[in-house]
Amino acid sequence: MTTIEPAKAEQDTAQQSALPSQRSTATRGTRTIGIVAVVALGWLVAFGLGFSPADRDQDESVRILYVHVPTIWLAYLAFVVTAVSSAMYLFSKKKSLGWDRAAGASAEIGVTFVAVTLAVGAMWGRLTWGVFWQWDARLTTTALLFVTYIGYLAVRRLGGSHEQRAKRSAVLGMIAVVEIPLVHFSVKMWRSLHQEATVANLDGDTKMDGLMLFSLFVGVIAFTLLYVWLMLHRTRSMAMEDLLEERGLDEALAVRRAEAAETATAATSAPPTATMKTGSDS
Amino acid sequence: MDDAGFILGSYFLTFATVALYAWRAVRSGRKVSQQVPDDEKYWL
Repeated sequence: MTTIEPAKAEQDTAQQSALPSQRSTATRGTRTIGIVAVVALGWLVAFGLGFSPADRDQDESVRILYVHVPTIWLAYLAFVVTAVSSAMYLFSKKKSLGWDRAAGASAEIGVTFVAVTLAVGAMWGRLTWGVFWQWDARLTTTALLFVTYIGYLAVRRLGGSHEQRAKRSAVLGMIAVVEIPLVHFSVKMWRSLHQEATVANLDGDTKMDGLMLFSLFVGVIAFTLLYVWLMLHRTRSMAMEDLLEERGLDEALAVRRAEAAETATAATSAPPTATMKTGSDS
Repeated sequence: MDDAGFILGSYFLTFATVALYAWRAVRSGRKVSQQVPDDEKYWL
């Protein structure tokens, strides 16, 4: 009895150490970023809906600007990160799948934010132009950007090894980013209903009230913090998903090999009855 | 506030979408985290 109990206790301890004690992707760092992001989003609501003044031309509808512009800024940032991570994967010697996961996570966040931009933009369009949608240059190129990155995410889900996924999506991630200048400068290249850039314009002249500009700045900061928080969580999740997929594949291969070995053993140990019969007939 | 429905709706839509995506990201992380031992988690 006394010899069994320590052995059992040792086994239990070994099992407990194999079990994960950390059952989330959160760390102290992500919690801090998350709290700061939520506070910043609160400030955005306060400034966007309360403190900032109404516009001379657009009146109260200008308040949509404080969520519309930061969301598309975030989408641009996310797609640039996708392209840079893709290039890092393709051109680095190590070919770390971490770059591929960063590219995938960033594209996922970018797609979510382009969807928000399009939906919120449609609401603003209804207020300022009287319609939810127009086949205008800016709107059409943004919709094209959205569809392209939906395609990118679909390509990531095609079959094959993680390396194959990384390679093909990296090529696509680097090509798709070319659309961003096309979207941004579409209002200059074609005749457009959409207004030109108020802040990020080439002449550097910002025609905006100070409090309005500050509200917009709060929005950009808040959504950028949110992006960092989401990136950390998604890349960690994706790393674990990849690990579990690899393990599942290894286990399936081991089962198949064991089955094949069993079949081979059974075939060699079985009595050669058919051959003997054939031999006696002839 | 004129056109309050569209303005508040745009804020609600933005925050609801972001909250939903964030919730899904955290939930999927928790789900897979239970199947992976701590020494495989590079961020710990």
